[in-house]
Amino acid sequence: MHEFRLSRRGLLQSGATLAGGALAAPLVARHAMAADTIKVGSLLDLSGPIGSSGQAMHATIQLAVAELNASGGLLGRQIELVNYDTQSTIQLYSQYAQQLALKDKVAVVHGGITSASREAIRPVFDRYATLYFYNVLYEGGVCDRDCFCTGTTPAQTVNKLVPYALDTWGKKAYIIAADYNYGQITAKWMGKYVRDGGGTVQATEFFPLDVTEFAATISKIQQAGPSVVLSALVGSNHTAFYRQWAAAGMKGKIPIASTTFGLVNEIATIAPSESDGVVTSYGYYEELSTPASTAFTQAVRAKFGNDLPYISELAAATYEGFKLWAEGVKKAGSLDRMKVTEALETGLAVDGPSGKVTIDHATHHVVRNAYLAKAADRKWEVFKSYPDQAPADTAAVCDLIKDPKMSKQFVIDVKT
Amino acid sequence: MTGWASFVAMVAAGLALLFGLPMVFDLFGLLQMTVFVAMAVLALSQGFIWGYGGVMSFGQTAFFGLGGYTYAVAVLNMGDSTVPVLLSVLVPTLFAALLGYFMFYGRISDAYIGVITLTVTVILFNVVNSTAGDFYTIGNAALGGFNGMPSVPPLNVPGDPSSPLDPEQTWYAAMGALILVYVLLRMILASRFGRVVVAIRENETRAQLLGYDTRLYKLVVFAIGGGIAGLGGCLYTNWGSFISPTVFGLAASAQVLIYVLVGGLGTLLGPILGAFGIQYLISLIGTQEAVNANLVLGAILVVFVLLVPQGVVPVVRGLFRRVPNGRRGRVAEAAVVEP
Amino acid sequence: MALTGLILFNVANSIAVLVLLSLGLGVIYGMMKIINLAHGEFLMLGAYTTVVSTNAGLNLWVAMLIAAPVAVGLFGLLVERLFIRFLYGRMIDTMLATWGLSLAVIGLITTIFGNTVRGVAAPFGGFAIGGYQTSLYSLFVIAVAAVMAAGLWLVLRFTRFGLIVRATMQNPNMAAALGAPPPQIYMVTFALGSALAGLAGGVLAPVSGVSPVMGSAFIARAFITVLGGGPAIVTGTGLASTLFGGISEVATFLTTPVFGQVALLLAALIMIRILPQGITGRLLRRSL
Repeated sequence: MHEFRLSRRGLLQSGATLAGGALAAPLVARHAMAADTIKVGSLLDLSGPIGSSGQAMHATIQLAVAELNASGGLLGRQIELVNYDTQSTIQLYSQYAQQLALKDKVAVVHGGITSASREAIRPVFDRYATLYFYNVLYEGGVCDRDCFCTGTTPAQTVNKLVPYALDTWGKKAYIIAADYNYGQITAKWMGKYVRDGGGTVQATEFFPLDVTEFAATISKIQQAGPSVVLSALVGSNHTAFYRQWAAAGMKGKIPIASTTFGLVNEIATIAPSESDGVVTSYGYYEELSTPASTAFTQAVRAKFGNDLPYISELAAATYEGFKLWAEGVKKAGSLDRMKVTEALETGLAVDGPSGKVTIDHATHHVVRNAYLAKAADRKWEVFKSYPDQAPADTAAVCDLIKDPKMSKQFVIDVKT
Repeated sequence: MTGWASFVAMVAAGLALLFGLPMVFDLFGLLQMTVFVAMAVLALSQGFIWGYGGVMSFGQTAFFGLGGYTYAVAVLNMGDSTVPVLLSVLVPTLFAALLGYFMFYGRISDAYIGVITLTVTVILFNVVNSTAGDFYTIGNAALGGFNGMPSVPPLNVPGDPSSPLDPEQTWYAAMGALILVYVLLRMILASRFGRVVVAIRENETRAQLLGYDTRLYKLVVFAIGGGIAGLGGCLYTNWGSFISPTVFGLAASAQVLIYVLVGGLGTLLGPILGAFGIQYLISLIGTQEAVNANLVLGAILVVFVLLVPQGVVPVVRGLFRRVPNGRRGRVAEAAVVEP
Repeated sequence: MALTGLILFNVANSIAVLVLLSLGLGVIYGMMKIINLAHGEFLMLGAYTTVVSTNAGLNLWVAMLIAAPVAVGLFGLLVERLFIRFLYGRMIDTMLATWGLSLAVIGLITTIFGNTVRGVAAPFGGFAIGGYQTSLYSLFVIAVAAVMAAGLWLVLRFTRFGLIVRATMQNPNMAAALGAPPPQIYMVTFALGSALAGLAGGVLAPVSGVSPVMGSAFIARAFITVLGGGPAIVTGTGLASTLFGGISEVATFLTTPVFGQVALLLAALIMIRILPQGITGRLLRRSL
């Protein structure tokens, strides 16, 4: 029988050596750095269906680390980025989160893209006392003192987009959204803001993420005859909607406003004849012409080239999230999680590419600028800006000053 | 070497790992092994129904996910984890029995069983995916749609919800469960029932002509497989305190097939080793940027189907036995009922 | 009235898309009893060929109707020579090998082109049915699907090649004895099925979200349609497309997209229960 044990052990060992030999090179390089570096974890999907969202975020956190290291690092120490590709798999998120917290013992983790990935790893970092930054725009409601959310939430962007659409195009809205949490909750917010603005919602339709045929919906929209289509469609399958919409000759007949379009390079991947005229609202656009923004995009493009996908809010917020953390450490003079958290809670602010970004103590979200922009010839024309928007949606349900022990995501009851 | 000796040796090896690993590994290592064990339980269920029962399920993750969700919903409502664990086995077993009745008593051919199981897991994915919002709440447990169910309470000492298991104790529970499942399957396969099951796989018509109701046997095998997969899902949910609809996804179903195929079809040791090896490899791939994960996994699958169709374990075993292995294909190789 | 016309047009479009998606798979399954799980990735390769060569300056029509099928047909030929020919008669193994192939192709395309690629817009624009705008390109899609199905039927029915293929399908040994070696027939058939997939991918590229993972959105539908259709390639695929396409389109229009999908899957499950060999397994058994 010993042969079995032999074979099992031999197999594990040879497998390990083999894999080690083939794959260890980058690992060795990473771990061979000086022992007194500060380790910062990054968990992003760089492959698989969500991989297209992670690329630019991965680039900007590398840039932020490189810039900080060039200027002398933090507390006199260099930063070492430990990044794992979660391959669009939730299980790997949990696994790598444990690895970052327990094995690599990083000072902070930036990452997570979908809300599902955030909810999978947030409890892990709570449990093993690791500070966590989520740098993605999302549906709002996370209330957790060990976690900072630096992306925009519906009150900051949807609340700009919908009133603009109603004022410009008319009061009848037709809502189409992806059939999962983000889409459903965002659709609720859209409905609320439409009614707040004195408009009516003609219909709300949800689409599973693998739907690729939109002919029936395009017919239904025409039947209803709205003054604007509000879209929270997500993913590359859903970009088919914009293409079929244009192919049906609907472009220019009914305008589209979206809370998701263009976040993941759509502006470059589909033709101007399909995208021109779509209006969106985000916390950042690559075309923003402020000096801070121009310097940022030039630095990113210089380092990563023009093949890197569009630099959207996801990428800018990741960069700003890292800077916020670095400022927190400087102010605290320590890497200790509680000290850094308390330093950040003093209302710490940084000037990032999108403008001033300020931590809001009560929600652990950020006060930041929001912009409205219209697609024109593979670019976004930013035509309106709203400085210092507060995360009012999350603030309605979350007060970490009063209740610092809270750690959950509220499903905000959208009152109409 | 007799079957009995190999059985004792395998269990001994399992027990050695059960008590040995906590001394060797740090907390992270142990956590990682715990999730590998959960996937190994799932792989065992697939290996059992496919390698021995001849039932090709493309959606074994349906039962895995169902087990995970059952545990999560039950434990959030009951507090104590004992009954939820039982339910996480029972519910998928019943579901598999129902689905199996539909398929085997409908005399549906093998390829269509693949299609139906695949479709079922896709439907479950879509259904659970669209359960965001307060409406989809079972007692205290919100299903949470695509975002999943975070902060699921861990296992506790039976009858005492106030003393949850720490990660090390969870490891003992998970590895213990794997050993138990292995023992159970060995016992089933050694029984008269198990021999009939293998006979059906070898030649269904002949078994029918000998008077066996092959539909019933396949149904029972499928239901047992469902229950084991459910247990795997329960362990998985425990490990991450989290469950989300991606467990029903096609990518997950594909991986399980790869574990079994690489490890060795028609063995029980094979799926376990396959699960550990492939999981370890996938975890490694994510820590580097040179190679795309899909590329590696796909290449492994193709290479194994073409060059090592029996999987690693039978090949290694064949080398040790020094028996010329002239027979091509897995089916002939798999005829031997062994670990 | 105009609305009825529009719905009928949409149903026709939906059926045409299903025919496009599944005909290549149907050829390979019907003739060789091989389920090509990399079929979605063959479609994706067709779309990528179209998009990349159009961006490189090739005429859209040439890219779509010639470059895509030729490139993917050659790729299919390569795959058959390298992998598939070793696996004839082992149905489950071919499914696993092609599943592996699909993962590897996704990985390869991601490595080469990244996660996103610049697409091409649909030509033509829209036209009106009564007061409703709809897509002229859909008319083109319907035409291509019809020509593809009719062409395949004609080839199988009237050419010498079609005769040999049908003979090989029915009795490979007899065909071989009469001087038509099955390995060569299989090779050509696999390449033909791949080319059809490439053509479908090319034609759908302007109205789809083109990405390395786009195949997975198609494969389940194609799979269900082919198995639902049964052994007769053209008739079976056509009938199953009509049934499933019609049901899902009408359900989507009357209710929601979610229910449209559920309706399609339910229809498929019920049909497999009633007709386990597919539509043409029991009805119209002598058709092609």
